[in-house]
Amino acid sequence: MSVGEFAKILANSNHFQVAEVSIATQLSVERFLHQQAEFLDEKQWDDWLALFSDDGRYWMPAAEDQSDGEGLPNIFWENLDLMRMRIARNNHPQAHSQAPENRLCHVVSNVIVENEDENGDIIVRSRFHCAEYLRYEVRNFTGKYRHYLKHTDSGYLIALQRADLVNREGPYDYVLQWWL
Amino acid sequence: MGWTDKTISALVEPNRAHRKAYVDPDLFELEMERIFERLWIYIGHESQVKSPGDYYLAQVGRQPMVMTRDHNGEIHVLYNRCPHRGTQLCSARKGNAGRRIRCSYHAWMFNLDGSLDRIPASEGYDGTDLKMDAPEFQVQKAPRADNYRGFWFASLAEEGPDLESHLGYAKTAFDQLIDRAPGGETEVVGECFHMIQQSNWKIFLENQLDASHPGATHESTGVAAMTVEREMRGVGNEPPVAYGFLSDFARLGIDGWGKFGTVGHPQGHCTLEGYMGLRPDDEDTNEYVRLMYEAYGEEQAEEILGVNLHHVLVYPCLSVQPPLQQLRAVRPLGPDRTLTEIWHFRLKDAPEAIYQRALGYYYLVNSPSTMVNADDLFNWWKVQHGLNSNASDWVSFHRNAGFDVVEDDVRKSTPGSMSEMPMRHMMQVWKNYMASNDGEK
Repeated sequence: MSVGEFAKILANSNHFQVAEVSIATQLSVERFLHQQAEFLDEKQWDDWLALFSDDGRYWMPAAEDQSDGEGLPNIFWENLDLMRMRIARNNHPQAHSQAPENRLCHVVSNVIVENEDENGDIIVRSRFHCAEYLRYEVRNFTGKYRHYLKHTDSGYLIALQRADLVNREGPYDYVLQWWL
Repeated sequence: MGWTDKTISALVEPNRAHRKAYVDPDLFELEMERIFERLWIYIGHESQVKSPGDYYLAQVGRQPMVMTRDHNGEIHVLYNRCPHRGTQLCSARKGNAGRRIRCSYHAWMFNLDGSLDRIPASEGYDGTDLKMDAPEFQVQKAPRADNYRGFWFASLAEEGPDLESHLGYAKTAFDQLIDRAPGGETEVVGECFHMIQQSNWKIFLENQLDASHPGATHESTGVAAMTVEREMRGVGNEPPVAYGFLSDFARLGIDGWGKFGTVGHPQGHCTLEGYMGLRPDDEDTNEYVRLMYEAYGEEQAEEILGVNLHHVLVYPCLSVQPPLQQLRAVRPLGPDRTLTEIWHFRLKDAPEAIYQRALGYYYLVNSPSTMVNADDLFNWWKVQHGLNSNASDWVSFHRNAGFDVVEDDVRKSTPGSMSEMPMRHMMQVWKNYMASNDGEK
């Protein structure tokens, strides 16, 4: 499936559905999400990249009603190439807007598995709160995650992560240099 | 302090500007009065109000305005204020008001052209001197509103040059945004991004045409993009054209930007000649050129595509990048705070790949997660801080000063230079607008 198809599935499926999953599945999905947040907060970039499938995508739509990221303005719409570019750029000694670098602190909660298919692939929704310290100030970001996770022998991989910011249409004071 | 024409004029010298022009709150108020609430200011594109009843908010200087489309299809620019008690009439950024705009406070009803339709329980006004058809009880219109090929502007001055005279050469920006479409039309895509800069509005305009900054400011992004491009080619993948917009920063280096000329026009508008390999020899571009030939004939199509512009600054309110189908509107919020609305356009009947290329630039350079403007915004914030300092009163624009080429009120940078001509030019124009007030000389 293409990333566009994953995007449509996430947009069109029932956001209120609750799947009857085993405690083990619930725990491993939660652990996955918590670990992803930890990799961001601790800037463990190799570990972060390894969470995504080869054609996986991180998506932050610019509008609520977006059912695809392709061909539309987005806040983030990044494949592994762009993620690698962002990591290399932010770690470059002349990336002066990241010097000193920011700090992030995530809390991920309200984890509800929405669907588990016969292959063990998961659609899961959760809420996040993230504080960022940069330029002597703290900014707060909050929103809703929806992940499409592929089940593999070595664990879950992100086919698509959709992050809907509460203030997605609002004015942005400064910019987001790292994913949330 | 009380500013006079004389003290304002003293802030601008041929090669430098006084820091007060960027930080003084009283001067900021005067800029709003004498520049933003007098000149033609961009409101929006007609495709933002497609249907009767549609409205879209806009800011002109300090004035909250709203663009509406009435039920005859006409577009109006109104002050967003109820003539009764002052309530803001349209509160969402955009929407459809239906047949009438209804004030949320006392349900006065207005037509989309601003005229008062009715007042509930209007007998309460019988025998008073409120007359429903008196001008003061209509929603006030911008003194002047006009459009150039669907791009709407308003001027809050009753008199002055008309829109086309004010735009002058800058009309090319809009001609290019439209004529580069094989279908001869353009329309906005999605919602614009709203970015707040912690710096003075003039710093943004100056940066747009500052040829000596890209290689320095954006080195990190250029190097990272070049690395990813190389890695992709190493495994047999051709990187998207838009990545090249970033790797250019590293390829051209700090001193490689001199080949792109800048031009200053008498109204304050400035242009930077294009550089972005706008007609690479690839399948998508060739298909696009073929469609342009089909639509316009070879000669006219070449004329349209031959206009080589990267940036057109429409003074004081717009930065337009026609070949990349985007436009940034400047809305000053205070001496050290500026909102930009970043709009993106789709060219009718252009191949999807051409759109995607421009969208790639929009994303990489202008989205809220940009890897490019991030460093610009940070520089401007630091400039704003620095200009609060007493270490010096002056900002230097000396690069290639004294070597501009001037012909018929048009000022061009020294060929082959990264001249600071646009900054010098814009400050001279600023002085003319700010310090030419009757009775103060």
